[in-house]
Amino acid sequence: MRVHIPSQLQDYTRHESRVEANGATVGEVLADLDRQFPGIRFRIIDEQDRVRRHLRIFINEEQIRSLDAPLKAADRLIILGALSGG
Amino acid sequence: MHKTKRRHAKKSPPLRTSRKRDGRSAAGTVALLIGTRKGAFILRSDSRRRDWRVAGPHFLGHAVHHIALDPRDGRTLLCAARAGHLGPTVFRSTDRGKTWRESGKPPAFEKAPEGRTGRSVDHVFWLTPGHASEPGVWYAGTSPQGLFRSADGGVTWEGVAGFNAHPLRPAWCGDGQQAPPDGATLHSINIDPRDPRHLYVGLSSGGVFESTDGGRDWRPLNRGCAADFIPTPDPEYGHDVHCMRLHPLAPDRLYQQNHCGIYRMERPQGRWTRIGDNMPRRVGDIGFPLVLHPRDPDTLWVFPMDGSTVWPRVSPGGRPAAYISRNGGNSWRRQDRGLPAGQGWFTVKRQAMCADRGDPAGVYFGTTAGEVWGSLNEGEKWTCLLRHLPEIYSVEAAEPG
Repeated sequence: MRVHIPSQLQDYTRHESRVEANGATVGEVLADLDRQFPGIRFRIIDEQDRVRRHLRIFINEEQIRSLDAPLKAADRLIILGALSGG
Repeated sequence: MHKTKRRHAKKSPPLRTSRKRDGRSAAGTVALLIGTRKGAFILRSDSRRRDWRVAGPHFLGHAVHHIALDPRDGRTLLCAARAGHLGPTVFRSTDRGKTWRESGKPPAFEKAPEGRTGRSVDHVFWLTPGHASEPGVWYAGTSPQGLFRSADGGVTWEGVAGFNAHPLRPAWCGDGQQAPPDGATLHSINIDPRDPRHLYVGLSSGGVFESTDGGRDWRPLNRGCAADFIPTPDPEYGHDVHCMRLHPLAPDRLYQQNHCGIYRMERPQGRWTRIGDNMPRRVGDIGFPLVLHPRDPDTLWVFPMDGSTVWPRVSPGGRPAAYISRNGGNSWRRQDRGLPAGQGWFTVKRQAMCADRGDPAGVYFGTTAGEVWGSLNEGEKWTCLLRHLPEIYSVEAAEPG
């Protein structure tokens, strides 16, 4: 599955804006991302499994509400830096 | 452990070591570890502390709340950082700032049971190396108020459950309404040099707390300290500690700059005495930082701010000055030579003032306006060492051994 990485996180992905990761849910894909790029998950998801306040995660064009959201092989997972001030 | 070297972990000259023949750190070689709202900088002096060179920014775009050197090895640096969009983390260097790596497991609260709302660390606010007898141990304080411990030099962190899960913690820490504008924090982590199990922390808000069993249990230590935002007279907790320090040469003495004045406590007595009452009335005794002299437990500095009316949080009257006491706070003297005589509206945050171990001691502070000021004669004359930085959150004097 293709995962879109925002500029804020590309230090973890060796500056790649698109990476591949596997999983049947958003949570599983993020876990795979963290295996490949250690530390990246905690900067996206807090210790209560909530998406960080100024980040957004979309499956294709639909914003996710839960890490349990299911994924199909053809989906794209898009992580975006939201508006954040100052 | 996360081994990836990060893009912003640029190479920079390491902190240089300079030692006299008697083994003491040469007074002149100092590195100021500067945390700002937009990154970290290291300002290094020559051996006479006359010429200064800045390196950085490191972690550009990250709010860097604190950087500290491990005095036990003289080479490990930890840096508390948080980018605007991303979660908080700790970066560590084992080569005096030459390269940095991210902690493999940054401070994080326990996940709450299903159906309950759990806390999450917004940012790591304070870093303190552990006791001399416990190499590799560090403590971190967070926002909201949490205490964390690392036993491996900052690679991995565990919550100190005795505090974070204490049944009275919700009462001690209050709700969000009682939090300062930048968020509630745990800071001022002090370790008794005689006993690694004897710990003090300060909460904003919450007050001063003490543990004598390595953090398994805690008790408030706030008697005598004002809390004029709480209707209860002399409350047991709920105070707003701005900065508390224990002098390693007199560990039974505590000093505190509080939201409601400057205080001293002599242990085992457990009552604070307001030494800020001895400050000039027109200046008051409100401020954030409090700095102790490296060799004289009776000497301390504060940097007052305007805490009147609506709390402007600027230098009183636009005339910034440090105040020094050489007698434990019984009297104070203004030190403003070299500082703006007027229209100087900056102030100094709680982690942004420090002293080195020189003789005479160098004293330094960073301002909310992005300037670093220093004095080589214990505050008698100030010189601006660096300007045009982002808002400065912290300044620590590192003298690697």
